[in-house]
Amino acid sequence: MLGSVSETRRPAWGAWLLLAAVTLPLAAFYAWLLLASWSDGMEGFRPLALTARNWSFLWSADPMAPSVWKLTLNTFLFAALVALGEIGLASTAAYALSRLHVPGRRLWLSMLIILHAFPGITLLVAMFVLLQRLGLYDTLLGVVLAKIALDLPFHAWVLKGFYDQVSWDHEMAGLLDGANRLTVWRRVVLPIIRPGLVASGVFAFLSGWSEFLLPYVLAPGAETQTLSVYLGSLLSQADMADYGTVAAVAVFYMAPVLLVYFFLQRFLVELYSGGVKR
Amino acid sequence: MSPRRRRGQATRSTRPHAGGDRRPARSGRLALLFLLPFALVVFVFFVVPVVLTLLMSLTDVSVATGLGGFRWIGLDNYRRILGDPSAGLVLRNTFFYVGTTLVLFNVGLALVLALATSLVPERWGGLFRAAWLLPRITPSVVYVLVWKYMAAEPPYGVINQALGWLGIDSTQNWLYAKPWAMVIAINGLVGASMGMIIFSAAIRAIPREQLVAAHVDGAGSWSLIRHIVLPQLRWPALFVAAYQTLSLLASYEYILLATNGGPGYDTTEVWALYAFHTALSNYFGNAQFGLGAALATVLVLIGVAASVLYLRFFNFRTMTGGPRIEAA
Repeated sequence: MLGSVSETRRPAWGAWLLLAAVTLPLAAFYAWLLLASWSDGMEGFRPLALTARNWSFLWSADPMAPSVWKLTLNTFLFAALVALGEIGLASTAAYALSRLHVPGRRLWLSMLIILHAFPGITLLVAMFVLLQRLGLYDTLLGVVLAKIALDLPFHAWVLKGFYDQVSWDHEMAGLLDGANRLTVWRRVVLPIIRPGLVASGVFAFLSGWSEFLLPYVLAPGAETQTLSVYLGSLLSQADMADYGTVAAVAVFYMAPVLLVYFFLQRFLVELYSGGVKR
Repeated sequence: MSPRRRRGQATRSTRPHAGGDRRPARSGRLALLFLLPFALVVFVFFVVPVVLTLLMSLTDVSVATGLGGFRWIGLDNYRRILGDPSAGLVLRNTFFYVGTTLVLFNVGLALVLALATSLVPERWGGLFRAAWLLPRITPSVVYVLVWKYMAAEPPYGVINQALGWLGIDSTQNWLYAKPWAMVIAINGLVGASMGMIIFSAAIRAIPREQLVAAHVDGAGSWSLIRHIVLPQLRWPALFVAAYQTLSLLASYEYILLATNGGPGYDTTEVWALYAFHTALSNYFGNAQFGLGAALATVLVLIGVAASVLYLRFFNFRTMTGGPRIEAA
């Protein structure tokens, strides 16, 4: 590595300086958000008065706004269903494409790549019309299915990579013991690729938790609203002077993402480097 | 090697008398079982919308016509786009936005970050890289919310306050005063991390002996970077540029939230956002699904052309055969 070479000489002052300079604004960015959520108004970086009042949305519901717990439940359901659906469908399809005899395998794989490279979000108009036709517009199921379909090619592709790395001998051993392919897949292969399943699942959950555009367009109603859509509406309404509550809701919304990121960061880097678009 | 041949070989060598036809047949049923639900969801909610987009682009379907009363108008929507004075501006905006963000941030800043984090001890490098992934994992609404506060006019805006500390007097709201700079920075800080990770991995893959040898020959950090590291980053850089071009072309979420294409008319409107506005969020309440679908189709055509190009670059056969989407 470059670093280990230069370590033998003098410390890389230039690199340190540069990193500090470009990263400082980023750190300030998040420090501001945290500070603002505990402050009664901010003037730049200066909190006017520290307060816990911004967080009152957690215990006393504003009659004018939707209940934050209902929004959180919606967001959680959306993200969890998306993660379960993507893992379930991707882990089976990827196994078939990696190991089973599938007619037109190369065609399937090229479809996977093309769909993965396809700007799925440009389909929003058609998706909107389709869901209305199917009676799934403004339902949790509809927006979950839309999200799953758009992300599925990516997850299938990643999991296929994990399956490809499993040694064929494991499976042969199971088959020779008389188990069928389904049992071998479930008992032998799935446990081996568990890291891939976890990474993929965590990623899918986070991506669902953060999703804005799909629920905003396909399920904007009060009953199906998620935290992102609610925050989006606050973003266009709130007055600069009164951003304390908005900042607190934002921190509340972001906290699970940060926690997961903090603990599973190394896991995720691998998937991010696989090239994630949004 | 295809799985069929692999299975054939394995069966031959370990179970010479096993019935050859039965197992493939059963595994064929399993393959069907495993692929069908996947194929169904992808077909209905991905492939059908693709076809639907194409079909809708040939109609005048809109809120005014309803989903029942539309007419087939052939290529009229595309003709309208060609004659649309905003379309030219929006197209120029799109190229400007994609090009500038790509060069400055998705490749430029990414390269700087990868090099700098490789020069400091690995523990610290990893920490900085983790910090730079934050914008990407931050939900877009939260991310843009903070940016809005950063950009605000005094006494709220953080940018103005920071400039004040530096002795520069400024009272403007930066989202209105410099919308393009803001839009590019907002997207760029998110986009830099992917290139950073890929470049870092590529730097790590450079054989250590090469660096040490050059170092022994008296090369300093800068000439190590220039003569050994940068030439080896050409390929990953091409990959990042191609990939992020597609992402940037299609992504409009941050622009929608930050400026919504404004301030004013079409200032920061890019093609994807223009399609979105035309089809789903029209100023006049008459959302034009057909015209919006045509605009989306144009974008898709550009996207598909770009992906075909980049599949050629990255040798499709090794990708379908190879284990995973590792860059470079």
